Amino acid sequence: MTDLAATDPLPKPKRDLAPILLPVALALVMIPLIGSTSSWLTLTAASLAMGMMIFIMASGLTLVFGLMDVLNFGHGAFIAVGAYVATLVLAPFAASIQADSLWMNLAVLAPAALLSMAVSGALGLVVERVLILPVYGQHLKQILMTTGGLIVAEQTLYALWGPQIIPMPLPASLRGSFILGDVAIAKYRVLAMLIGLAVFIAIQLVLNRTKLGLLIRAGVENREMVEALGYRIRRLFLGVFMTGSALAGLGGVMWALYREQVHASMSDDLTVLIFIVVIIGGLGSIGGCFIGAILVAMIANYGGFLVPKLALVSNILLMVAILMWRPRGLYAVTSR
Amino acid sequence: MMILSGDPPRSRILTLVLVVIILALAATPFLFPGAKALNVAAKICVFAALVASYDLLLGYTGSVSFAHTMFYGIGSYAIAIALYGMGPNWAAVATGIVVGLPLAALLALAIGLFSLRVAAIFFAMITLAVASAFQVLASQLSWLTGGEDGRSFQLPELLRPGTVLISKNLFGFEINGRILTFYLVFSISALMILALLRVVNSPFGRVLQAIRENRFRAEALGFRTVFHLTYANCLAALVAASAGILNALWLRYAGPDTSLSFSIMLDILLMVVIGGMGTIYGAIIGATIFILAQNYLQSLMGVASKAASEAGLPLLPGLLHPDRWLLWLGLLFIASVYFFPTGVVGRLRNPAGKSAGSPH
Repeated sequence: MTDLAATDPLPKPKRDLAPILLPVALALVMIPLIGSTSSWLTLTAASLAMGMMIFIMASGLTLVFGLMDVLNFGHGAFIAVGAYVATLVLAPFAASIQADSLWMNLAVLAPAALLSMAVSGALGLVVERVLILPVYGQHLKQILMTTGGLIVAEQTLYALWGPQIIPMPLPASLRGSFILGDVAIAKYRVLAMLIGLAVFIAIQLVLNRTKLGLLIRAGVENREMVEALGYRIRRLFLGVFMTGSALAGLGGVMWALYREQVHASMSDDLTVLIFIVVIIGGLGSIGGCFIGAILVAMIANYGGFLVPKLALVSNILLMVAILMWRPRGLYAVTSR
Repeated sequence: MMILSGDPPRSRILTLVLVVIILALAATPFLFPGAKALNVAAKICVFAALVASYDLLLGYTGSVSFAHTMFYGIGSYAIAIALYGMGPNWAAVATGIVVGLPLAALLALAIGLFSLRVAAIFFAMITLAVASAFQVLASQLSWLTGGEDGRSFQLPELLRPGTVLISKNLFGFEINGRILTFYLVFSISALMILALLRVVNSPFGRVLQAIRENRFRAEALGFRTVFHLTYANCLAALVAASAGILNALWLRYAGPDTSLSFSIMLDILLMVVIGGMGTIYGAIIGATIFILAQNYLQSLMGVASKAASEAGLPLLPGLLHPDRWLLWLGLLFIASVYFFPTGVVGRLRNPAGKSAGSPH
C-alpha cells in the first residue's frame, strides 16, 4: 500500500530541464569563440528571430502530427501559398508600405498576414478533406498523398505566378535597426521575435489551460471515449489541421519579408529545415519544436559567422548529434 | 521457374505484357532505328532496375525513403569522376565501381542504423534531410563534381559510337559501340531485377514482408527487425548505385539534374505506385509506362498549350505548358495512390478488385 492520503496533491511529472538549458549553454559557449560581445549579441538576436519564424512554420506540422498522428509532407506548400497570397495585398498598397509611418505599414501588413492565414487555413480544410481523410491511420499512404499534394501546389503556384522570383520589400518603418550602445538589432527581427513568442504562449495556453485544449488532448488519448461523451472530435481535429496550416501561412509571410522575396521553390528548402526542427524537438512536441527551432537558427547564424563552409550541412550535423543523445528527439512524446 | 524464384507473374495478361516489353526492349536497336528510341529504351532499363530496388524498400518493408536518388547519384558521380579524372580506360571504370558501390552501402548502413531503430516515420524525414544535404554538397564541391554543370566524360574505346564491331553490309545492321553499351545496360539491369526477385522470394524477403505487416509481431517472433531493415536498405542502395553507374555510362554525363534531383525521386515513387507496390514486376511496367509517357506526352502537352493560347483561353496555356508536366504527374500520383493502391500488377493479378495483396 502506498502512503498517499486522498488529500495529497497529485504527484507532478518531473520537469525535464536539460533541453531548455541546451540553447542557453550553446549561446554562452559562443561568447569566447566569437570574441566581440557586440557581434555576439547581434548574432544571438538574429538567431532568436530566425528561430521564432522557423518555429511558427514548424509548429503547425508538429501540432498536426502530435494530435492527429498525420505526417504532412505537404506542409511546405502552405508556407509558399501564404507568402504568395501576401503579395496580393502588398503589391497594390506599395505606397503605404513605402510610407515612413509604422501604423500605416502595419495597417497593410496585418490584413496581408490575415488573408494569408485565411487562405492557407482554407487550403488546409481542402487538403484534410480530400487528401488525408481517406488515409487516416496509414502513415505510408499519408506520406505519398501529401507528397503528391505538395507537387500539385508548387506547380500550380508556378502556373499562376510564373517561375520568376517576386520581390517583397520590407515596410519602411521596419527597415534598419535599433542601436543600443554598440549593438545593432534589426527592427524586423524584434517584431518576428514578438510574434513568435506570442504564438508559442498562445498554443501552450490553449492546449494546457482551456477546455478546448483538454478535449483535443483527450481526443488524442481515447477518441471513442470523447465521441461517446458527445463531442464531435472530427471537427475538432479539422480545426487543428486548419490552425496548423494557417500558422504555416503566417510563417510564410514572415519568412518572405525576412528574405524580401517570394519564390515557389522556397517550400523545398523550408520543408527540409522544418523537418529537421521537428525531428530534433521530438515529433509532436511543441516545446521541443520551439527549442529545436532556436537551436537550428543558432547553429546557422553562429556557424555561418565562424565557419561559413560548414553552414551548409550544419543542420544535419546538429540533428545527428541530438539523435545520438536522445534517439527520439529532445522531448519524446510518449503516446507515439 | 528457378530463375523467377517461384514467383511467376501469375496472370496471363501480365505475362504477355512483360514478354512484349522485354522483347521490345531487347530488339529496340533493330526495331526502332534512331537515337531517341534507343535512349528511351536504355532509360527504361535503368529505371526498371532502380524502381525495383526502391520497391524492395517501399513495397516489401513499407519504409518510405527519400534518399534513393542519393545512392543513384553516388553511383553516377563515382563513375563520372573516375572517368573524368583518370581518362577513358577500363581501370577508371573499375575504380568508379570499386569506390562507388561500397560508399553507397556504407552510407545506407549509417542512415539505417541511425533512423531505422526509432520509428518508421522518422526514416522518411531523416532520409529527406540527408538527401538534401547531399544535394547541396554535390552542387557546392564544384572542384570534384563540376557543380551545377556536372561532369561529362569519354567512354573507353570499345563503348564509343564510332567503334564499329560488325559493319552494315554483313547483316544489314551496323553493330557499334553504342549498341554494345545498350546491351550492357539491358543485361545488367535484367540481372539485377532477377536478383531482386530472388531476394524478395527468399526467407529474408518473407521476413521483410512480416515486418511490413506488423513490426512488433516480427520482433516477437525473434527476428531482429533493425538488422533486416538495414540489410534491405543496403541492398537497395547497392542496386540503386549500380543503376546510377549504368545511367552515367549511357549518358556519358553525371549531373544534379540527371542523377540527384528531387524530381527523379518523385518519378521513382510514381513508377512504384503505378506499377504496383510489393511486386518486382511492377517496376518494369511502371518504368515503361512512365518513361514512354514522359517522352511522348510532353510534346503533346506543348501542342495542346499552343492550341489553348491561340484559342485565347485563360489559365489553360499555363497549366498545359510542357514545363508544368510535374503538375499532372502529381495529380496522377494522388489518383493512383487513392484509386489503384495495388497498381497495374495488383489489378492484373486480382481483376475482381479484391485488395488482398495490397500492402497496409
